[in-house]
Amino acid sequence: MAQEVRTTGEYWRWTESRWNDPDIDWRKAKTITAGVDVGSVSSQAVIMVDGKIFATGNMRTGSSSPDSALNVTNWALEGTGMKIEDIHYTVGTGYGRVNVPFAQKAITEIACHARGANWIYGPTVRTLLDMGGQDCKAIHCDEKGKVINFLMNDKCAAGTGRGMEVFADLLAVPITKIGEVSFQIDEEPPAVNSTCVVFAKTEATGLLRAGWPKEKVIAAYCSAMAHRVAELLERIGVEKDFVITGGISKNIGVVKRLEKELGIETLKTDFDVQLAGAVGAALFAQALLKKHRSAA
Amino acid sequence: MITAGIDCGAKTVKVLILKDGRVIGKSLALAGFDTKAATEQSFNIALRGAGLSKNDIQRIVATGAGRLEAAFLAKEETTEVAADARGAIKLFPSARTVIDVGAEEGRAIKIDRNGKVVDFAVNEKCAAGAGAFMEAMSRALEVPLEELGELTLKSQRAVPMNAQCVVFAESEVVTLIHAKTPKEDISRAIHDAISDRIVSMVRRIGLERDVVLIGGVAKNIGFVNSLNRDLELEVKIPEEPEFVGALGAAILAAE
Repeated sequence: MAQEVRTTGEYWRWTESRWNDPDIDWRKAKTITAGVDVGSVSSQAVIMVDGKIFATGNMRTGSSSPDSALNVTNWALEGTGMKIEDIHYTVGTGYGRVNVPFAQKAITEIACHARGANWIYGPTVRTLLDMGGQDCKAIHCDEKGKVINFLMNDKCAAGTGRGMEVFADLLAVPITKIGEVSFQIDEEPPAVNSTCVVFAKTEATGLLRAGWPKEKVIAAYCSAMAHRVAELLERIGVEKDFVITGGISKNIGVVKRLEKELGIETLKTDFDVQLAGAVGAALFAQALLKKHRSAA
Repeated sequence: MITAGIDCGAKTVKVLILKDGRVIGKSLALAGFDTKAATEQSFNIALRGAGLSKNDIQRIVATGAGRLEAAFLAKEETTEVAADARGAIKLFPSARTVIDVGAEEGRAIKIDRNGKVVDFAVNEKCAAGAGAFMEAMSRALEVPLEELGELTLKSQRAVPMNAQCVVFAESEVVTLIHAKTPKEDISRAIHDAISDRIVSMVRRIGLERDVVLIGGVAKNIGFVNSLNRDLELEVKIPEEPEFVGALGAAILAAE
């Protein structure tokens, strides 16, 4: 396996990454499908060869959705010899799903995350929290990964990855370290009062001035974010098994506090769950390709 | 009777001294990191302006989000809503709706002819309906806050803004800049967006004429134009809209 990681000096920047499986000979493949998830903050591409993951890419979304889709897919395929033209069927998903130039179909990220979570965690998943860059969705699904219902917060940055980026910048802590740092405290502080990210920033500045170490301020913000998404989850109801996908699922500062507040543990995996939407899209692409071929 | 009203807002502290219904001294200071120090400073400047000493003031009432910080001066306090209502009716006896847009809070208040509060709506949980929105947008657009409103006057075209949240709106402004949207059109979009938020609050309590606009954001011509367009009327604006809360507190102190 070849893994490559990019880092920069900006605190809000999370690690861009790509991966591919050199043991798979894609030239002999019957089906090559791709799922491309163009989110508001990050874009992912997952390329599947005969139902197995062949290559993945995870990058920051640029100012243009079509370019972001092309860039992340090309980066995932770099060095594998495969080109976008070699892909038999592509499904676009996410905020910019209709702007994936090489996709045959666009499917909502809600359906794709549920499908992806079912594949990553298995058929016991019933409640899924997708914490993305600019929105947060609580989704109920069945044993096949089909969506039963969902609730969404897309009007407010509280409880989203973008909100966390703002905090990482303010406190000069790399976003990938926030979760870890939030537990370097003697005692769990009360959550910040403000829901709004802008006001929470002001509140945090006040706390720092009052002498709080930044670890404690981060803990207070992680708690507030956990509480915010717990409210969303409680409105829809949490049924076991419960999983979290999207970028914030990598932040243990939020995840552990959320588990505590809800009294439910999330299923764990080593798989990069920021890719869940793209995995779901690649799986839909597989099913659609099959249907397409049998019709032809 | 000589009274004082102190309005400790999120960004600024306003002090106003009233003698028999006439304003004889006032001062505004940035709250900065220490609201108490700013209150003391502002109070002393207002006193000097009036040619008085602290002992000449018979009663002091504090208002505003940080009013507890003024407890060392003011033994009594009142809500921002009550203070706004009293201040506005004094300046405009025809006022029935008061819109107050401050740094971190926006509110719409319905009042009767005596300045008594009938109903009100407050936006306190979200920065999108307050001056903080404009501050963030002026940074994103790289236009000084004082010039942001004026800039809208050159706008030729209304561009819709989808984001409600300040954090998301910042990204949207960046996208609009990348799409080469003229700054004046983006500026108009920003002011239309905050006006939208305020108008939805006004509709909640029911619009009744005359409408008075107060608070620091009332000095922003871009916002005033957007609001007038959305409400389909002309709001009345006092000469010093940021002092209306302090005025109301001083009036209440005299009663």
